[in-house]
Amino acid sequence: MTIVVNGAALDAPHDARVSLLDFLRETCGLSGTKKGCDQGACGACTVLADGERILSCLSLAVQYEGRSITTIEGLGQPGRLHPLQQAFVEHDGFQCGYCTPGQICSAVGMAAEIARGVPSHVTVDLGGEDILLSHEELRERMSGNLCRCGAYNGIVEAIAETYGAETLAEAAE
Amino acid sequence: MSIASDAKQALQGAVQGVMAKAVALAPDSWIPGGEPDPLIRERYGHIGKPLSRIDGPLKVAGRATFAAEFPLEDMVYASLVFSTIAKGRIAAMDTSHAETAPGVVAVMDHRNAPRLAPPPVFMSAPKAANGDNLPIMQESEVNWNGEPVAVVLAETQEQADHAASLVRVTFEAAPALTSLDEAREQGTKPALFMGQPLHDERGDAEAALAAAEVKVDALYTTPRHNHNAIELHGVTVAWQGDVLRIHDASQLVAHTAWSIGQMFDMPEDKVIVTSPFVGGGFGGKCLWQHQVLAALAAKLCSRPVRLVLSREGVYRVVGGRSPTEQRVALGADREGHLKALVHTGVTVKTASNAMPEPFILPTRSAYASETLKLDVQVVELDMLANTFMRAPGESVGTFALESAMDELAEALNIDPVELRIRNEPEKDPSSGLPFSSRHIVEAWRTGAARFGWDRRDPRPGLRREGEWLVGMGCATGTYPYYRMGGGAARITLMQDGQAVVDIAAHEMGMGTATAQTQVAAERLGLPIEAVRFNYGDSTLPGVVLAGGSQQTAAIGASVGAAHRELVKQLLKLAGNDSPLAGLKPDDVISRDQGLCKADETARHESYASILSRAQQPSVSVEAEGPPPLETMHWSMHSHAAMFCEVRVNTVTGEPRVSRFLGSFDCGRILNPKTATSQFRGGIIMGLGLALMEEAQFDERKGRVMNPSLSEYHVPVHMDVPEIDVIWTDIPDPHAPMGARGIGEIGITGTAAAVANAVYNATGKRVRDLPLTLDKLL
Ligand code: FES
Ligand code: FES
Repeated sequence: MTIVVNGAALDAPHDARVSLLDFLRETCGLSGTKKGCDQGACGACTVLADGERILSCLSLAVQYEGRSITTIEGLGQPGRLHPLQQAFVEHDGFQCGYCTPGQICSAVGMAAEIARGVPSHVTVDLGGEDILLSHEELRERMSGNLCRCGAYNGIVEAIAETYGAETLAEAAE
Repeated sequence: MSIASDAKQALQGAVQGVMAKAVALAPDSWIPGGEPDPLIRERYGHIGKPLSRIDGPLKVAGRATFAAEFPLEDMVYASLVFSTIAKGRIAAMDTSHAETAPGVVAVMDHRNAPRLAPPPVFMSAPKAANGDNLPIMQESEVNWNGEPVAVVLAETQEQADHAASLVRVTFEAAPALTSLDEAREQGTKPALFMGQPLHDERGDAEAALAAAEVKVDALYTTPRHNHNAIELHGVTVAWQGDVLRIHDASQLVAHTAWSIGQMFDMPEDKVIVTSPFVGGGFGGKCLWQHQVLAALAAKLCSRPVRLVLSREGVYRVVGGRSPTEQRVALGADREGHLKALVHTGVTVKTASNAMPEPFILPTRSAYASETLKLDVQVVELDMLANTFMRAPGESVGTFALESAMDELAEALNIDPVELRIRNEPEKDPSSGLPFSSRHIVEAWRTGAARFGWDRRDPRPGLRREGEWLVGMGCATGTYPYYRMGGGAARITLMQDGQAVVDIAAHEMGMGTATAQTQVAAERLGLPIEAVRFNYGDSTLPGVVLAGGSQQTAAIGASVGAAHRELVKQLLKLAGNDSPLAGLKPDDVISRDQGLCKADETARHESYASILSRAQQPSVSVEAEGPPPLETMHWSMHSHAAMFCEVRVNTVTGEPRVSRFLGSFDCGRILNPKTATSQFRGGIIMGLGLALMEEAQFDERKGRVMNPSLSEYHVPVHMDVPEIDVIWTDIPDPHAPMGARGIGEIGITGTAAAVANAVYNATGKRVRDLPLTLDKLL
């Protein structure tokens, strides 16, 4: 069985203990996915599994046989950046850049959750048709992605611009 | 620290003291920065432009390669075993099960580790980098709870981790001192910081306090903190012939190369340390045992080694900030003029390091008080060595000082902003030196207007919105300008008009390459695209610590010196057929991809023309920055006026920061985009310091009990409102480019602004950080 990573089918590891994160970083050489804790607390390892955001450090690689994984490398490359990646550069949504791939993959997954109408802890109208990607909603949904450099304002601006959410300035009103 | 090295430190301190006097009295023109950096005059060039990070596309695409990501042929993975006692010895060690586990290549412990000289502890020599001076896996002694006692090497990380769990160690515990109170009973000792006592006295402050019309006198405490950069400390090392290659995550590549060279008895140029990207540092990415263990292990098994600390491992191996207990007592007359300022207290270090948390530093130059008494005492515990963490001293010191100022303002019934302005000193109150550039009053006034400070009701507990109490607070932030010696840079200019700047500096999120490319392009009169800035490699010139917010100044002074050398060389090459013929280096500036006469810009020749006439494909110069005497001649400090609005829930006690403004006076801002991020990042770490951060230390066992990001809380998206930042942008005439460092000031003053806002909201004065909800119920 194979795991599809950024469109390429790769052999799953023999050792069942290998996390998806270590598989990506050490076996596939895709070190864009980062390790900040290896225990589900920081979000740096976030990737997309069939479009849903997951923590790859809490996932065994073998669980993802037959599934399709998208990492930061699969979203865009220098010269051909994903619009959200470009927005991160413009809004300075990072400093050291270590949490950044996780923030970006997480935001892509989050936007899909909003589109599917998945509510969050701060969603006011649980029965409503559409969820407004308010500043509060966005921050709540991104709170699993830590940034010790404190680039949160820039991250929020980048996501808001890309996904048409409420901007900081609007939220302040 | 042995008695002998204490004495050495004190002696060096005394020598510095004598020299400081001479430098203070010297004429301005003898001092670096006496003649303002010519770049300060340039107002319309690259400096000050909000350029996006030049390495941004790499970082957002996951293509920036960090230390643990360099693939090396035939590499093995390491896993560590830690001690579980604070002091004693290893009585027995059984590694047999680990050695026979699948994939295991070797197990290293004190019995088979290659021999090593003692580590040079930071500040014991100019390039010393180690966090402590304890032997690294050389003997059976155990010095702290969590000290590495074995390294397991295997073909995969999974195999190494599993085998590490099979190592059996029997410890023989000895009595350990792990409690601050117990240690204090045995006596404290005066703290030495960079060779100087952390003690200042002017007049009889206690007597003035007793006689003061209005006074406050309270005890403030701050807990242990950990840097918690999101990138785990990792290293990939290989012995290549007689060269040791280290891919490190480092704030001090040149220091690390030298220090490792000392330990392995090798010349420093045989140790190559590279660190192109660092996933957050904050003082924590220096030299600790893991790099040395990886090098030892690679030697033992003759294969390259990758060693990445687990998150728990970071807490066991890399020191953090020490706890403090601070007394601040202020005495004033009815108009609010300070008569007495007392800031004293105790902190914790180990016998093996030289870093007492210097919490009185911000108080030295803060206010014009008639009398002053500052003092730091230390006790030494059996624990992992503590270390620098973002704004050591100022971060926690401003919490105590600026909380006390708020308490005094209330006692006097004077607005807290006004009280601070009333006590603004004319010259440095401790050293007597003139200020190089101090515009804090302007920062206060513009900040207060922008924040809407006049809407604050000084009476606490009155503003209520639903179940939330709302309050506002403010505090002063401050951090000094530092520049350390040893900086040097090389500039290579090519005939095609491209230039390369080489310096062993660092990028850990500050935007070094971006801002320094702007500065170099400006200095050289080149477009941004024509300049490449190389850094993060110990083989490049210069000894540049990315710490103390000094890197910008150190690079600036070094590249400035190299540029002067370049002008000299180019004038020589230009010869007599050039429009520049006969000009002296001092008459000439760089402009429009060439040189011209400063006051006659039409007298210009391009670099390309000079080099092609001289038939030189390129010219390369290297120079050292001048010794950093400016800080002994002027009092050089940045300041910030911090404003905070909090909401405290009356049902749950939960405090939420709803608005924050930092108004900064940090000299000239080189790149407003990256500077904004630096300021905000510092403030956000300050919010963590205020509201949630605490490494919980088991005083019985000497071990941190919450070594993870799920139990040591740092601010997340939801904790952070929009952080507004503004600045005066007034150049410091005595700093390179007119800029003082900006990496640390954001964390200072922030915790006090939060605590003061919480008081204004609730009427509860919390003097013990972090300000968690249990303290507000
Ligand atoms: S590395 Fe997966 S959550 Fe931190
Ligand atoms: S950019 Fe450094 S941790 Fe987020």
